[in-house]
Amino acid sequence: MIETSSGRSFHRASRLLAVVLLFAAGGLLQGCGLADAPVLFPKGPIALAERNLLFTAFAVMMIVAIPAIVLTLYFAWRYRRRKNGAVYAPDWDGSWVVETVIWLVPGAIVIVLGTLVWTRTHEFDPYKALVSDKPAFRVQAVALDWKWLFIYPELGVASVNELAFPADRPLSIEITSDTVMNSLMIPALGGQIYAMAGMRSELNLLADGPGVFMGRNTMYSGDGFSDQHFKAHALDESAFADWKEKVAAAPDVLDAKAYLELHKQSVANPVSYYSSTEAKLFDIILRKYAPIMGPYESEAAELICRGAA
Amino acid sequence: MLGRLTVDALPFYSWVAMGGAAVTVGGGVAVFLLITYLRAWKVLWTDWLTSVDHKKIGIMYVVLSLVMLVRGFVDALMMRAQQAVSLNSEGYLPPEHFEQIFSSHGTIMIFFVAMPFLTGLINIVVPQQIGARDVAFPFLNSVSLWLTASGAGLVLISLVVGKFSQAGWTGYPPYSGIEYSPGVGVDYWLWALITSGVGSTLAGINFIVTIFKNRCPGMTFMRMPMFTWTALCASILIAFAFPGLTVVAGQLALDRTLGFHFFTNGDGGNMMMFANLLWIWGHPEVYILILPAFGIFSEVVATFSRKRLFGYTSLVYATACIALLSFTVWLHHFFTMGSSSNVNAVFGIATMIIAVPTGVKIFDWLFTMYRGRIEFHPAMVFTIGFMVTFVIGGVTGVLLALPPADYLMHNSTFLVAHFHNMLIPGALFGYFAGMNYWFPKAFGFKLDVKWGIRSFWFWFIGFYLAFMPLYVLGFLGMSRRMEHYADPTWQPYLVVAALGALCVLCGIACIAIQLYVSAKNWGSARDITGDPWNGRTLEWATSSPPAPYNFAVLPQVGDIDAFHEMKIRGTAYQVPERYEDIVMPKNSALGPVLGVLAFVLGFAMIWYIWWLAALCLVLSLVCVGIRSFDDETDVILPAAEVARTEKARLAQITPDDLHDMRDFLPVGPASGEILPGRA
Repeated sequence: MIETSSGRSFHRASRLLAVVLLFAAGGLLQGCGLADAPVLFPKGPIALAERNLLFTAFAVMMIVAIPAIVLTLYFAWRYRRRKNGAVYAPDWDGSWVVETVIWLVPGAIVIVLGTLVWTRTHEFDPYKALVSDKPAFRVQAVALDWKWLFIYPELGVASVNELAFPADRPLSIEITSDTVMNSLMIPALGGQIYAMAGMRSELNLLADGPGVFMGRNTMYSGDGFSDQHFKAHALDESAFADWKEKVAAAPDVLDAKAYLELHKQSVANPVSYYSSTEAKLFDIILRKYAPIMGPYESEAAELICRGAA
Repeated sequence: MLGRLTVDALPFYSWVAMGGAAVTVGGGVAVFLLITYLRAWKVLWTDWLTSVDHKKIGIMYVVLSLVMLVRGFVDALMMRAQQAVSLNSEGYLPPEHFEQIFSSHGTIMIFFVAMPFLTGLINIVVPQQIGARDVAFPFLNSVSLWLTASGAGLVLISLVVGKFSQAGWTGYPPYSGIEYSPGVGVDYWLWALITSGVGSTLAGINFIVTIFKNRCPGMTFMRMPMFTWTALCASILIAFAFPGLTVVAGQLALDRTLGFHFFTNGDGGNMMMFANLLWIWGHPEVYILILPAFGIFSEVVATFSRKRLFGYTSLVYATACIALLSFTVWLHHFFTMGSSSNVNAVFGIATMIIAVPTGVKIFDWLFTMYRGRIEFHPAMVFTIGFMVTFVIGGVTGVLLALPPADYLMHNSTFLVAHFHNMLIPGALFGYFAGMNYWFPKAFGFKLDVKWGIRSFWFWFIGFYLAFMPLYVLGFLGMSRRMEHYADPTWQPYLVVAALGALCVLCGIACIAIQLYVSAKNWGSARDITGDPWNGRTLEWATSSPPAPYNFAVLPQVGDIDAFHEMKIRGTAYQVPERYEDIVMPKNSALGPVLGVLAFVLGFAMIWYIWWLAALCLVLSLVCVGIRSFDDETDVILPAAEVARTEKARLAQITPDDLHDMRDFLPVGPASGEILPGRA
């Protein structure tokens, strides 16, 4: 093929157009506040992979969706009654070719997407530990009315409505609820999982680097639901050390009594820190809903299980 | 004596509650006064409320649905208004009210708008489409209607006495359990569901038997009109799915009322079982709502493209596939509950498979339009609007069916946008198309076209304005059911969504104006022949409105488009050799009486008025007893009277009223031959 000058200028023009479109799209996204959309522009590999799956599936489906929409509008216009000359076939009511195509093409797309579902669902199982050269940072999250309690077994401390973790380590969250069903989500880092009383669920996340991300309960849980959000801080080494120090110096201690106090309903609970926690607090909260009465392993366990149940 | 019902139940604690109560009571009083002013009580009672005629029952279902649509839409408008203003503020609705509003919005739209609308349309149309004189069990039909109405009554009265549920329309425990929701709200929700659910189950069984047993000679299964097919599949789904809902609602009622522990946090309860059981009903329910609309689209697209339906067999199998598969996907409503990857993946794939027959349907309608002569009647315009919009909803649905993507989008406004994107075009547009299409059949005159088209544009544009922003808000991380929020980037989208709701409000107003204008000018838009659109199926063979017996002589069918074929052969509008006596079911007051008893029973259970509940239960059983010992439930219409009615009808029809059928020759299965088009 001979490259003509008009061909070259066409290429140049199209490249220019692409750049302009990119900028326009960027500007549009910025203007609409979409540039910060945590789902579209995630800050962690898990969320990114989940988003990419979303985009891939969307693109594949356009093979069917675009013809369907375009043909609907085109046929409606082309074969409108007032138009002269369009072919009219009042008894044409079937065609093997058309039928085969309309069954098999969507079928093929579903096979493609189905394979994708099978592999990706296993790959991004929220329970699956993430591969990393560093050990995961374990956190235990408890949904309360209407706040989140985070227990750090590694550090022996706890925080309310604030989550902090070292940015370079995978985050492994064990989740339960000491109230109704909740769902823990940090959209920029990945998907969500339900929090249910008496049950332990798990979420494994990873951040690209240091940053502050919004997290919240996404499952409606009552009057204080709207304010049940928190900030998740992925901190670099020194910042995390500072944070540990700050929490360790906190005057409050999360013993059984303090927990019962915390368990009471509160809306938009301020961020608070506990320099130490009751031993095995998470397990006691889980055990609270087991259909057994006693004997209790400790006084604290008895207080927590019977105090509010 | 009055259980937990005290004077505190009256809504004098806030202006929102008082406003709602005032509108409800005011509306009731206005209707009462209007009927009294028109001296219509006797007519209303003898000709309508006690009627067992499937056409009248159908009309009453649709009226109930339209009234509840207004109520449910006011809820929607209030939510949109609240979220448009509640950036970093409480807005104008405290959480307690906002929560009742979103709970009642969902409950009303699903159970008391969509369900009665589709049941009403099936009632009016299906017996006529299959050449029958009534449904299989006419009295049961009346009972179904009144049970549904009593459920709607419970939702309405909750605005005046006590409060409605704050647990969302899905009412997940433990939040909806007695420990976290101690008031009467969840009980109102439960008893409204139980009563109307029983009504729906009975209606479903009734239609199944009707379609199986009452088809006219020659109407084999593969000659049934598409709407009848979808009605059959939806009815089978109703009969299998609704008992699940009744059971799960009953279990939650036991938890709440008698201290059981099916779904409580502790003591061996398991709230996950509620989600399971609810969605085993809930997902088929989506197809119960959508399949009949698919049937309507099939009828409308063939009639207004002036063509045979493309791929009838394909459409039948696609419908049956959807019905079957709808029972295999419920778990996709809770991928995030922590099931294993295998379980999630299987249900994700099953969900996607449903998209195949659904896509086939879209293309079959598309190719029905191909080489047709499309007339942009409101029914057809709603159909085209549906096809374009529904595809988008289908795409977002498949996105949500990918478990890893669902982890991101679950519980977000993206999800809210998705299911509204299925149900507004997929169900409501279909019902509106059906209303515009079959209105002349039910009332004998056509609906105004101009206002019909206007209502479409407002609904269509309003839908996009209201729900496209919600998709985006899902990407921005907004959860559903938020009474207020702190992210300023969300507000512009919520303002646009509120404008969309206002646009839909105009759409609803247009429908009201359309009904008013059409009723005012009814004389000039009369349907003399009973076949205003040059229809293809048997319901157009009856007069408009049809005689109580529909068909003086049961028709003989030889084609899918039975009436179309009769018109071409010249066998339509013929006087038969002789008329026969026709046995018709007698009206019965027991239907409305059972409805009232169900309402009072529910009300008594909600407020713990045990003696009244027991009394209602006993009285209901007495009513059933009376009915079963009544041997004179039928009345005979003498042949002479039938002959008189038919003669009067045929005398009105002049050759000028008949449709020109020359375009359609030659008759018969598709030959592939193309006739030259004419203007």
